[in-house]
Amino acid sequence: MSSKVPSDLKYTSSHEWVRVVGDVAVVGITDHAQQELTDVVFVELPKTGRQLKAGDACAVVESVKTASDVYSPVSGEVVEINQKLAGNPGLVNSEPYEGGWFFKVKLSNPSELAKLLTAEQYAAQISG
Amino acid sequence: MPKRTPLFDAHRKLGGKMIEFGGWEMPVQYTSIVDEHLCVRKAAGLFDICHMGELLFSGPDAGRFLNLALTNDINKLEIGQGQYSLMCNEQGGVVDDLYVYRVNRADYLLIVNASRIEADAAWLEKLYAAYPRKATFRMENASGKTGALALQGPKAAEFICECFPGPSVGCTPVGKATDLKKNQLGQFVFKNIPFYVARTGYTGEDGFELVAPSGFIEAAWWKLLEAGKPFGLQPAGLGARDTLRTEMCYPLYGHELNEQTTPLEAGLGFFVSFDKGDFIGRQVLVEQKEKGVKKRCVPFRMIGAAPPPRPGYTIWSADGGGIRLGEVCSGTQSPSLNVGIGLGYVPAEFAAPGTKLEIEVRGRRFPAETTTKPFYRRPSVKQT
Repeated sequence: MSSKVPSDLKYTSSHEWVRVVGDVAVVGITDHAQQELTDVVFVELPKTGRQLKAGDACAVVESVKTASDVYSPVSGEVVEINQKLAGNPGLVNSEPYEGGWFFKVKLSNPSELAKLLTAEQYAAQISG
Repeated sequence: MPKRTPLFDAHRKLGGKMIEFGGWEMPVQYTSIVDEHLCVRKAAGLFDICHMGELLFSGPDAGRFLNLALTNDINKLEIGQGQYSLMCNEQGGVVDDLYVYRVNRADYLLIVNASRIEADAAWLEKLYAAYPRKATFRMENASGKTGALALQGPKAAEFICECFPGPSVGCTPVGKATDLKKNQLGQFVFKNIPFYVARTGYTGEDGFELVAPSGFIEAAWWKLLEAGKPFGLQPAGLGARDTLRTEMCYPLYGHELNEQTTPLEAGLGFFVSFDKGDFIGRQVLVEQKEKGVKKRCVPFRMIGAAPPPRPGYTIWSADGGGIRLGEVCSGTQSPSLNVGIGLGYVPAEFAAPGTKLEIEVRGRRFPAETTTKPFYRRPSVKQT
């Protein structure tokens, strides 16, 4: 099963993706990650207003099999969380890059974005 | 280095994701746990259970010896019948839970947990050494040369005879495999080899478990997959096996059962025969039965949106006092009911169905409630 790696996003080696819109980063987990987890049944999100540092474990995604931490790829304040995941965690499986997003962070240190993986680099990581 | 079953290459070919379980490299899933779980509930699934152990007992005193070692009454078994039973230590703690089949007048087959084969064999050797008439029977650990498959699901009976045709050649005399009743076992020929076919399982669905020499297991695996394809049969992994048995509240050794826990505490008193005469652990169990148990294994379900309960999570009382009651032994999101379900031990006074509990998940407590067994019941078969 090959997984999608959209070219306009940034990635982490721990399988999060980042979409930058102005000074806000939208964060979710990759298609590859959801395929590995399968059957997402519960998502625990950070509270809005929480200050995150890049690399903080700030969300948990639970499949039938196991619970996995999700790490913030960037630093900043959580300005919005995806309320739809509470009632429909399966969106993480069906639309990992769209309706299955996790949270939005107002970037406090935009230079961190340069440290994230490109689509090409991430695709190489998951194929290896 | 974990051991591999005769189906290791087959699992790889089918895209199985391999994990280590009880010292064995086994497929946890092929597509997804939920997909395979629902397939077993609606159609059929085929499981590799070659990791499980097979112990053989034969000779005039074999039955008498086993009735001393096991809690259920082996004298109730006719030739070709099986029963669920437990093996206890002197303190009434569970050494293993198992299925025992009477395959002939004085021959018995025990199917035991993979993780307990060595412990069981050692315990039985010890009992054997102390047994006065040991010359009258022998026991053999055939686990290394024997394999097993579980075909489970409402459609299983529609194609099993295609693979194991004709009348039985041993054990229960039946015209065809689907004439076997629940817990009955017959021998059916496949590729000139007699396979044991039993109408048993660990999923709560109708189905069959097959036992044969290891070298013939892979051929039967592919034949069943081919015959079952038009009926929606899929290979199913240990992940689905675990969620299916949890929905039925079937215990798993190492989770609900261990050497410090008795069958009565586990809610398995039905499989302890107090009127059959003496057996190992009886004294402690009789006392527990009279005085009542202090802790009980209870099924519980989460209330409202909550993460799935998982083994090791703390169970708290919900009466405001916040008493630590115990730990979750098994837990998952029920694929059939789409709610968090689990099994765990609590003090007997918290065991009544409908008792409010709280389950601690990552420092937060979520409401739950004890309920009755099982979580899932298959829709009753329509009479036509």
